[in-house]
Amino acid sequence: MSKIIAVTSGKGGVGKTTTSAAFATGLALRGYKTVVIDFDVGLRNLDLIMGCERRVVYDFVNVINGEGNLNQALIKDKRVESLYILPASQTRDKDALSQEGVEQVLAELRDRFDYIICDSPAGIEHGAIMAMYYADEAIIVTNPEVSSVRDSDRVIGLLSSKTARAIEGKAPIKEHLLITRYLPKRVNQGDMLSAADVQDILAIPLLGVIPESSVVLQSSNAGTPVSLESNTDAGQAYLDIVSRFLGEDCPMRFVNDKKGLLSRLFGN
Amino acid sequence: MSFFDYFRSSQQNTAAIAKERLQIIVAHERGREAHLDYLPVLQRELLEVIRKYVAIDDEQIKINVDKDGDYEVLELNITLPEAEKAR
Ligand SMILES: Nc1ncnc2c1ncn2[C@@H]1O[C@H](COP(=O)(O)OP(=O)(O)O)[C@@H](O)[C@H]1O
Ligand SMILES: [Mg+2]
Repeated sequence: MSKIIAVTSGKGGVGKTTTSAAFATGLALRGYKTVVIDFDVGLRNLDLIMGCERRVVYDFVNVINGEGNLNQALIKDKRVESLYILPASQTRDKDALSQEGVEQVLAELRDRFDYIICDSPAGIEHGAIMAMYYADEAIIVTNPEVSSVRDSDRVIGLLSSKTARAIEGKAPIKEHLLITRYLPKRVNQGDMLSAADVQDILAIPLLGVIPESSVVLQSSNAGTPVSLESNTDAGQAYLDIVSRFLGEDCPMRFVNDKKGLLSRLFGN
Repeated sequence: MSFFDYFRSSQQNTAAIAKERLQIIVAHERGREAHLDYLPVLQRELLEVIRKYVAIDDEQIKINVDKDGDYEVLELNITLPEAEKAR
């Protein structure tokens, strides 16, 4: 059975695209046929993060409009077998993603892929609703910061009211909380919300925590999904998340400050 | 962080303030959200049922939800037209 997974947040710039790329790549590394779709019409970025921006010919909107078919639009990743990218359109207006069009493309992808990852645009407008509308599961990307947490709560409300599963009265979308840009040191100092705090407030299961890491910027510079940097903190954190998503027992890491209590008490 | 910072920062713990503020606002918005969703439909359907018996205008029905501690009160106010009452 194929699964559609929306990566969403409400707030912009929290790490949705980074997560979509890393998560999709991680699933494909495990041998699952995976496609990651950019729903951010007009602000295409997933192609850059995946390092395939120069190979875009046809896009999501072209496929919806019948100007090109899926085979022409899907970009096969050169590093990981069974990983594909469906880029967003850069020029069209946001309404170009018609609900029927999205439904049709997703139905076609369901026949060919195990996992379909939908990278949502920011906001709670049409594009964001389309990215979550047909989802079976959702990863809610949240930073440990007040506005991001509040926006995530709004999005959780939308998942349970404005999506196909909600409207048709089917089993609700399975929600996963992903906290990213986490700084254990600041949490220990008492000036950043802890993962437990955020989970307490949002009350959905925690899939994992990604630390704030310089690796993310570097890998975006190079067009390499973070999970391919498997010997880095953020890379390992994303691979852990894939394991947990697949139901494997994988203890949380990167949540606590590496330093022991003693070094914390007696200076840096 | 030094020995003394450790105690100072736990005194002005802004994360705790953030958590408290978020819990309040999230509880408030969740409550409102859910009601906004079904109240208009409920109001329309009630109007249809009442109109089977009494002719009333859209404005003659008022519906409101109040939160009172652990429970909520659904307040329904229907103003009957003068003529109907006299009959
Ligand atoms: N764990 C992290 N550590 C450091 N920087 C991060 C991390 N996750 C994301 N970023 C940075 O945050 C910015 C926004 O990330 P992006 O994935 O594009 O967010 P979104 O898609 O939600 O707008 C980017 O500059 C990215 O490099
Ligand atoms: Mg993005």
